[in-house]
Amino acid sequence: MFYRENGQFKTSYAADQQIFTIAQDKWFVWGLIAFAALAVPMLADEYMFRAILIPFLVLSLAALGVNLLVGYCGQITLGAGAFMAIGAYAAYNFMVRIDGMPLVLAMLLGGVSAAAFGILFGIPSLRVRGLYLAVATLAAQFLCDWAFLRIGWFTNHSSSGSVSVAKLEMLGWVIDSPTEKYLFCLAFVIAFAFIAKNLTRAAIGRQWMAIRDMDVAAEVIGIRPMFAKLSAFAVSSFFVGVAGALWGFVHLGSWEPAAFSVDRSFQLLFMVIIGGMGSIMGSFFGAAFIVILPIFLNQFLPLLGSLVGVTVSTAGISHAELIIFGSLIIFFLIVEPHGLARLWSIAKQKLRLWPFPH
Amino acid sequence: MAFFIETMLGGLMTGMLYSLVALGFVLIFKASGVFNFAQGAMVLVAALAMARFSEWSNAALGGDSLFLANVIGIVGAGAVMFVVAWAVERFVLRKLVNQEGATLLMVTLGIAYVLEGLGQTFFGSEIYSIDVGMPKDPVIMFEGLFEGGVLINKEDFIAAALAAVLVAGLTVFFQKTAIGRALRAVADDHQAAQSVGIPLNKTWVIVWCVAGLVALVAGIIWGSKMGVQFSLVTVALRALPVVILGGLTSVPGAIVGGLIIGVGEKLSEVYLGPYVGGGIEIWFAYVMALIVLLFRPQGLFGEKIINRV
Repeated sequence: MFYRENGQFKTSYAADQQIFTIAQDKWFVWGLIAFAALAVPMLADEYMFRAILIPFLVLSLAALGVNLLVGYCGQITLGAGAFMAIGAYAAYNFMVRIDGMPLVLAMLLGGVSAAAFGILFGIPSLRVRGLYLAVATLAAQFLCDWAFLRIGWFTNHSSSGSVSVAKLEMLGWVIDSPTEKYLFCLAFVIAFAFIAKNLTRAAIGRQWMAIRDMDVAAEVIGIRPMFAKLSAFAVSSFFVGVAGALWGFVHLGSWEPAAFSVDRSFQLLFMVIIGGMGSIMGSFFGAAFIVILPIFLNQFLPLLGSLVGVTVSTAGISHAELIIFGSLIIFFLIVEPHGLARLWSIAKQKLRLWPFPH
Repeated sequence: MAFFIETMLGGLMTGMLYSLVALGFVLIFKASGVFNFAQGAMVLVAALAMARFSEWSNAALGGDSLFLANVIGIVGAGAVMFVVAWAVERFVLRKLVNQEGATLLMVTLGIAYVLEGLGQTFFGSEIYSIDVGMPKDPVIMFEGLFEGGVLINKEDFIAAALAAVLVAGLTVFFQKTAIGRALRAVADDHQAAQSVGIPLNKTWVIVWCVAGLVALVAGIIWGSKMGVQFSLVTVALRALPVVILGGLTSVPGAIVGGLIIGVGEKLSEVYLGPYVGGGIEIWFAYVMALIVLLFRPQGLFGEKIINRV
C-alpha cells in the first residue's frame, strides 16, 4: 500500500540513474542513517556499543570489501583476515613512525598498503580460479600471520608482540567514549558503502560482474581480465584494510596477530555467503547475523538449559554454539543459497503487491 | 650428511601423514566435486571416537585385553564415521545437488563446525591418548654408511607403512571392484553415471564412508603420535597445499604431493628457518603450492582444466 512506485515519474536522465529510483527506498535509507547517527547514540548503552554495534560496523565494512571481490568479481578469497592485518599494522606503523600523522590518513594509507598486497596476491587469480584460488589466498593468510608474529619491525619491536595505539584524535576531536568510537566507525561505513554502491553501478563494477559470470566471454567482448581482476583485488583489499585498521585502532585498542587469524577470514566469507553474494545490503545482514548470533546463543542457551532443568557448562555452551552455528549455515545454504539479501528483496516484492495481490 | 638424511626422512614420514589427510580430500572431490573442508573435523571425530570407545571398553573389560579394547574402539569409530557419512548425504548433499562449488565449499565448513561441536559434546574435549601398541623408541640405522648413523622413529616407520598399505588398498578398490568402478563413473560424469543406473546417493554415502575410514586411519596415527585433541582439525589446513600441489583429482598426486610438502617443510625449517626467525613451515608449504599453481594450474598430476564458454 505504501511501497508503490506508481506516480513517480522520471523526467531527466539524472533522475533515472539515481541510486534509489523509488522514493520510499531513498527515504528508508535516509531514515536508517538518521536513526543510526542520532537515535542509536541516545538509546544504546556501553555494552551494546562495545560488544555489538562497533564490531558489527567494522565487520560489515570488511564484509563489504570481501563481497566486492567474491560477490561481484567471483574470485573466492580466504585471505581477508590477512588484509585486515596488513591494514591494521600498516596504519599502526604510519602512526608510530611519522610524527603528527593524522589518524584518518594513516588508516587510509593502511588501506592502500593492503591494496598493494591485494594486487600481489591477486596475481594467481589470472591463472587459477575457484578452490585453487582460495588456497592461493590462504598462502597470504599464513604468510601474514607469520610475518607479524616473527618480524619485529612491524610491531615496532614491542616485547609482548602486541601493539596498541595511545590516543585516537582527529582534528582536535579526541575519540575515547564508546559513543564517539561508534560514530567514527559509522562515518567510515556510510562513506564506504556509498563508494561501493557507486563502484558497482559504474563501468568497473560491470566489468567485475562480467568476469564473474563468464570470464572467457568477458574477455571476448573486450574486458581486460587482468585489469578487472586485479582492480577488484585492490579495491576489495583497500576496504578490508581500512576495516582492519578500524578493528585494531577503534575496537580492540591493542592487538596481536591472532586477532586476524584464518578464522577471521572464514568468518568474513560466511558473512558474505549468508548475507548474500553480490549485494551491498547483504554484507550488512551477514555481519549482523554473525556478530549477534554467538552473543544471543551465549545468553539464551543457559536460560533454555535452566528451563529444562539442566545446567549447561561453559564448554557445553561453546560446543552447542558450534553445532547451532554450523547447522544454521547449512540450513541457510540449503533453503536460501542467495542469502538474506534475497529474502529482503522477496519481502520488497511482496510488499509492492500488498494488500491486493492480484 | 647424516643430519640431512635424518631431516629428510622425518619430512617423508610427516609427508606420508599429510598424504593420508589429503587422500580424504581427493576421494570426496573426485566422486562428488565437493571440496571437503570438514576432513579435518572428520579426523578429529574419528580419533576422538576411537580413543574414547577403546578407553570405555577397556574399563568395561577390566583392562585385560588392550587389543580387544582397540578393536572395539576401531569398530565403534568406524560406525560413527558411517553415521556421519550417511547423515551428510541424507541431510546436506542430497538437498544441494547442482549447486555451485562455492556453496558446497561453504556447506562443508558448516559441516565441520557441527562435527567439531557434536564430537566434543559426545566424546569430551580433553586431551586423550590412543595406544595401539606403536613402538615409541627410536632406532639408529645406516651406521655403516655414516658416522653415528641416522636416527629414525620406529613409530613413523610403521605409520608410513600403514599409509602405503592403505593407498595400495584404495587403488585396488578403485580399479578392480565394481563399487570402485561406479565411483569413478560418478566422478567422471554425474548424469551419464545416473543414466546407466548407478545410484548417485548410494555412491556418495560410500565415498564419504571411505573418506571417513581414511580419516580414522589418519586420526589413529596422528592421535597416537601427539594425543587426540582439538588441534587435530588444523591438520586439514596443513594438508591443503598437498592437495593443490598434487592435483585435486589425483590419488597418486596426494601421495607425491604429501611427500614433497613434508620434505620441503622440514628442510626449509631446518636450513632456512634460522635466518628468518623460524616457524616458516606452514606458509612455506603454501608458497610451494602457489609456485606450482603458477606454472601448472591443475597441480602436478591433476586433470587438465578446460574452460568452455
